[in-house]
Amino acid sequence: MPRPVPRVTIGGMPEAATVPLTEDTRDPRPPRKLYRSSDGRWLGGVARGLAGHLGLPVIWVRLVFVGLFMADGLGALLYAAFWFFVPLGLGGVGGGRPTVLTTETAPDGRRRLVARRPDKGQILALLLMVVVAMIFVQNVNLTGNTKAYLVPTVLVGAGVALVWRQADNARRARWMEAGRRRRTLSLARAAAGIVLVGAGITGIFVTQGATEHLGPILQAALAVLVGIALLAGPYLVRMTQDLSEERLMRIRAQERAEVAAHVHDSVLHTLTLIQRNADSAAEVRRLARAQERDLRAWLYKPAAAENPREPETVAEAVKRNAAEVEDKHGVPLEVVVVGDCPLDEGVTAQMQAAREAMVNAAKYGGEGGAVQVFAEVEGDEVFVSVRDRGPGFDPDSIPADRMGVRESIIGRMERNGGTARLRAVPDGGTEVELTMKRAEKTS
Amino acid sequence: MTEQTEAVEQGPERHVRVVLVDDHRMFRTGVQAEIGRTETTGVEVVGEAADVDQAVTVITATRPEVVLLDVHLPGGGGVEVLRRCAPLMAGAQSPVRFLALSVSDAAEDVIGVIRGGARGYVTKTITGTDLVDSIFRVQDGDAVFSPRLAGFVLDAFASTDAPPVDEDLDRLTQREREVLRLIARGYAYKEIAKQLFISVKTVESHVSAVLRKLQLSNRHELTRWATARRLV
Repeated sequence: MPRPVPRVTIGGMPEAATVPLTEDTRDPRPPRKLYRSSDGRWLGGVARGLAGHLGLPVIWVRLVFVGLFMADGLGALLYAAFWFFVPLGLGGVGGGRPTVLTTETAPDGRRRLVARRPDKGQILALLLMVVVAMIFVQNVNLTGNTKAYLVPTVLVGAGVALVWRQADNARRARWMEAGRRRRTLSLARAAAGIVLVGAGITGIFVTQGATEHLGPILQAALAVLVGIALLAGPYLVRMTQDLSEERLMRIRAQERAEVAAHVHDSVLHTLTLIQRNADSAAEVRRLARAQERDLRAWLYKPAAAENPREPETVAEAVKRNAAEVEDKHGVPLEVVVVGDCPLDEGVTAQMQAAREAMVNAAKYGGEGGAVQVFAEVEGDEVFVSVRDRGPGFDPDSIPADRMGVRESIIGRMERNGGTARLRAVPDGGTEVELTMKRAEKTS
Repeated sequence: MTEQTEAVEQGPERHVRVVLVDDHRMFRTGVQAEIGRTETTGVEVVGEAADVDQAVTVITATRPEVVLLDVHLPGGGGVEVLRRCAPLMAGAQSPVRFLALSVSDAAEDVIGVIRGGARGYVTKTITGTDLVDSIFRVQDGDAVFSPRLAGFVLDAFASTDAPPVDEDLDRLTQREREVLRLIARGYAYKEIAKQLFISVKTVESHVSAVLRKLQLSNRHELTRWATARRLV
């Protein structure tokens, strides 16, 4: 299911970083690969994953496994093999539960809920397993010797299963950022697994009747383990260090590649355009300013630069409008915003009027230098001033057919309960002042 | 170069010694070419420096009247230069004054150097004429506020709704706010004077008062403001 998604891959876990959450539901099924389902699983997610892969109901797959289990434990063996070799992924059977998506998008509380839900199923599954195992043990007719090994083996198996589940959890937690379980729980789980495995192994010794040799054997085993640790320890430490270093380098290289790509796409292109338009000072200035703004936005707030969306606040709206006017008319606009607030109906109208004023200033007053845009949110009032240093004009002498000022600015403001004032600035130029009351004060 | 009215008027009769601190040699050369013609502008560039240590040495040796200081410098940045030159700024006789000149107009840079003791902040897009004008203004002990800087200051004082402990020190007066607002709207000092029916000198003293409040008494408020925006 997973398909490469352009995202930073964190070392060693390609499927972790590239899990396409939406594709399950939206895409018409990309090339399928078998994954264990991490969502709504009872044990290892094998049945769900397989069901999703084969397009069968989960319950069928589970029944088949149980059935095979009855056949001399083949099902268990098969299940274990799947668990062992198939990597954990998202999805599996559709099941009509959008849990995966809500896990990703919902706030913390929701996430925990979703992460906890499968646990009930797991307990059920474990109980079921115990029952089935008991029936199985009762049914199977084994010779006394083999039977003696059975309980310890089951114990060892349970321990290993516990620890393997742990690995799954850690992996899932890392890329879902959701199942942030407490450390103690995972430690307890690991400890329980070790105890079970230890108990199982001891059981095997005991049933073998080698209790008196247990001490020496344990000592010898310990000695061998310590020896191996001493021999391999440095290499292991070295390896993990190298691994993390390599991971870091990779992230860095990716970052650098991204920067290079951006510089290439934007800065170099702009410089080329500037070289080609070297004669036209206005065009060069326009290009340079647009590029500067772009680069600043990218450097300081990458998220905002990457996905341009509709502005939601006064500051965003003013800046966006000014940038657009600047690009369109090639006149620099200097924007100063003091305070901020969300847009409401009246303020949106004010923003449109302000845009119109900016366009006017750029068109008729642009030769005098930069157009100054000032926006201030103070209390429940939003004030915008747009001034240019052009020739200026007498507001009273606007011809009746000039809809720009009369309708788009003054009319629009008044219809929405605000005021617009045009006036000549003492030393030349025009200033448009727009005042609007906010619908409600939230700050 | 045709509209170099003010500088040409002032240039010959006034004289100011300036040190340029910037780690880009090209930029220093450019500024030097733009303002360094002493006979027309009245600005004499007496020294240049490319990093913090060099800057401190040059400034101490030449004792200029105005330092054009870049905000981003190897060795600690403009703030570090200001910190180490603090004794020179305080001197009663011919104090050294700093005008920050940066490509960045990020709030943390601006507020940082102003709090460090710079008398003004202009961005590198400024024209030569305006720069010369700003240099003389700083020499006189005035503050030079760009519209953006005025916006930052207004923002800093506006965002604290609760009445502060020391009202006189911590609050901008109505007039000071008005002046700042007009600066933020792109008015020149002269135009502000005309608008408010006061003299240019009064405008300048208002602006200086704002700067003083910014540096001295508003430290905690500014810190609060800056921390709220995760600037420091």
